[in-house]
Amino acid sequence: MAPSATAPARGPWRTALADLVRDWTAVASFTVFVLVVAVCLLAPVYAHYIAHTDPFQSNISGTTVVNGKTVPLLAPTTTGLGLGVTPIGPTWDVHHYFLGADNQGRDVMARLLYGGRNSLMIGVGSALICCIVAALLGVISGYFGGVVDTVLNWFFDVIWAFPVYLLAISLSVVLLTNGLRLGPLTVGAGSLWLPVLIIAAVYVPYVARPVRGQVLALRGREFIHASIGIGGSDARILRRDVLPNVAPMVLVFLPLMAAINMLTEAALSFLSVGVQPPNASWGTIINDGLGLLYTRPVVAIAPGLMIVITAVMLNLLGDSVRSALDPKARLRGAA
Amino acid sequence: MKHPRIAAALVSVALLSATAACGSGGGASSAPSAPGTSQSSSSGSSAPAAAGYNPAHAGGTLHLVANAAAGTLDPQINYTLQYRQLYQASFDGLLAFHKTAGDASFTVVPDLAAAMPTVTDGGKTYTFQLRPGIKFSNGQPLTTKDVVASFERIFKVSSPTAGTFYDGIVGATACLKTPATCDLSKGIVADPATGAIVIHLTASDPEFPYKLSVPHASILPASTPGKDQGSAPIPGTGAYYFASYDPNRALTMKRNPFFKVWSADAEPQGYPDEIIQTFGLTVEDEVTAVENGQADWVYDPLPADRLGEIGTKYESRAHVNTLTAMFYAPMNVNIPPFNNLKARQAVNWAIDRSAMVKIYGGSNLASPVCTFLPPGFPGHVDSCDYTAGGGATWSAPDLAKAKQLVTESGTAGQTVGVVVQSDDVNKQLGEYLQSVLTQIGYKAVLKPISPNIQFTYIQNTNNKVQISISSWYQDYPAASDFLHVLLSCASIHPGTDASINIAGFCDKGIDGQMTAALTTEQSSMTQANTMWGQIDHAVMAQAPVAPLFTPKLIDFTSTKVSNYEFSKQFYMLVDQLWVK
Repeated sequence: MAPSATAPARGPWRTALADLVRDWTAVASFTVFVLVVAVCLLAPVYAHYIAHTDPFQSNISGTTVVNGKTVPLLAPTTTGLGLGVTPIGPTWDVHHYFLGADNQGRDVMARLLYGGRNSLMIGVGSALICCIVAALLGVISGYFGGVVDTVLNWFFDVIWAFPVYLLAISLSVVLLTNGLRLGPLTVGAGSLWLPVLIIAAVYVPYVARPVRGQVLALRGREFIHASIGIGGSDARILRRDVLPNVAPMVLVFLPLMAAINMLTEAALSFLSVGVQPPNASWGTIINDGLGLLYTRPVVAIAPGLMIVITAVMLNLLGDSVRSALDPKARLRGAA
Repeated sequence: MKHPRIAAALVSVALLSATAACGSGGGASSAPSAPGTSQSSSSGSSAPAAAGYNPAHAGGTLHLVANAAAGTLDPQINYTLQYRQLYQASFDGLLAFHKTAGDASFTVVPDLAAAMPTVTDGGKTYTFQLRPGIKFSNGQPLTTKDVVASFERIFKVSSPTAGTFYDGIVGATACLKTPATCDLSKGIVADPATGAIVIHLTASDPEFPYKLSVPHASILPASTPGKDQGSAPIPGTGAYYFASYDPNRALTMKRNPFFKVWSADAEPQGYPDEIIQTFGLTVEDEVTAVENGQADWVYDPLPADRLGEIGTKYESRAHVNTLTAMFYAPMNVNIPPFNNLKARQAVNWAIDRSAMVKIYGGSNLASPVCTFLPPGFPGHVDSCDYTAGGGATWSAPDLAKAKQLVTESGTAGQTVGVVVQSDDVNKQLGEYLQSVLTQIGYKAVLKPISPNIQFTYIQNTNNKVQISISSWYQDYPAASDFLHVLLSCASIHPGTDASINIAGFCDKGIDGQMTAALTTEQSSMTQANTMWGQIDHAVMAQAPVAPLFTPKLIDFTSTKVSNYEFSKQFYMLVDQLWVK
């Protein structure tokens, strides 16, 4: 029987993409995530042209306009013993402290957007670095085996032995004092690259090990033996046979690690060992809101909500990518 | 003192007058004014002490909470209110401030000495008689040997006030030079047979009775090692002893089994059987614990977002009291950028002190200050070199002038670390200061560290702290307790945790003026206070510090607690609280 000539063959990537586009969960989560990113990227526009505030500068003695009246950003208590001052709450006016002020008189909404930029940058950036480095190490370890595999595995075991948060906190506390100096590479103590590198480093084994396992499985496959048999160099085999088969796994890890890393950054910043003031991130804003839970809970709730939304969207996206790139999922679906 | 301590003012004038009369000039000292009045809550925070001890209320456990420990437990080194409020019930000196509420707490009374000293030789010789029959909490009897050894130990451990309070004792100069081998046998002559102790001074010192009444002059067993004892409790003669101390968890005080009341004025019997101070909760949680009755009192400054609630819903349990104290930002005058005068002046111009007042809790809890001596304090003169538009009191910052000074100083762009305590209020003050420094042209970095170590950390010159936020409360109402203690050359002990001149400010000219003022105190307190006012102005021209505001103190107590008494010397009398 002659093969059908009606449907041209599609590569695995195009097939996966078509599946993703048809998956409403993937589309919705991706759309929400892109919206969050876009809004956060527009933080300078919001702060300068809409809200007219500087979210990094204390403005304790400042004022704003609410319902046509000028009010102080931090208002004193006038009842009882007259103790304490309370920051202004949400005005729901985009031009005047939409979500209210924090205890330094800073615009919470503007800080939320700027903080989102940093949180997303650190989350996604550290995920990228982590996945690239982990993929490299996992591939090298799995392909070459022997002493190389032993040494790298030992390295993974050492990092894996530490609870992730404990290791991240310890590294942060040490490096926050004087920064990081590795030969020509210098990262200042207050730089955003510090949390990026620390978070990327502590999660490397979590990606490298599965990649190594995949490569070990591939190493025993016939097409690899065939490539070796016809005299293919290690570089060629890695580039043309191994990496394309490992790439889908790494792609699945990417959004999942972005979500995990974002949560880790929020935790470190909440503990004051992540992003350093005056820089903001969703974690630092939650920390700022800790002292306002009783009076202005929105300061802590808003960034918390943003973290939840973004992490959930990234996890849903990761799930969808995994389903789209898993050929067995299609067979199961067909069955 | 680092935290609030208000000492004898009015009644001690009698002592000063007597001293002066026996001294060189006999001029009557003018009465230092009492540091303001108490603003009571409805629970009557400045009510006079109940007459006599009421055994029906003895017993129970008093549970105090603090965010962190306050460093060493050594009473001759620790200079924080957190432990001084506890030392007043556990250690004694030859003299003590009257342990009572109100203005009477300014009075110096005999403690381990049987009576007030006989002062002779123009005010240079103090003769005491040691009370017999007193024992330390380890059962060891108190002897004259312990007294001599304790004063020598002040120098051996490089106590923060060794060079300022006790440098007048004969032999102290050599002790300051070689503390390890301190020998005060010529300055303090003790007769074990009669219990007589004679202290010789190099010059008359009207403030000396005060200095004998502060915890640095606590009498400890002679066998106490001549080094910081850290978390190891030292036996004392007070109504309580430190049973255990874990700086990460808690501190426990129990009744001293060998204590018998020898003077209810100096060392009254306490009420709780046990006093526990636990560490580790956030201040928010501490407040909640007190509201729920799980703890009895919060040590730390109350977080701003709970003040409204405490001042309204829990008004009857909030006790607000005026203090003579200040929060200030010392700047290290020996390292960049604040080794440049214009840089320091710029900081003084830039800080919005009313913003700092808001952070602390509003104008009912703090007032902006511009001088080193707080308003109402002996020697204070209204003046402000760093307020927009000029004037005798602070009104507004001048950011433009500050930026100009930073530019002129050539220090713009330098990185500046701001070291503050990590509790809510101090961290917010630090964040604000960081913002101000950034605005005027520096790259400011905030470094919040545990209250347990921040105060000693910023004193140690090895840590190269550029600017910090600290607080100071009077040990006793004399201008020297602020200016001389905090800004004299003698208060600099490089490389130690007890270099209380945090700014490292040593101006020979101003130091000479301080010496002259101290000498003048012997003859005329009024003239001396005028000189202190001039010194204050001279200091502020050099701007080694930025005075921020003067605070009030709120004590928030649980429903379980009653008999609240506020001593202007010891603040809340912890051991006089009833929990039963």
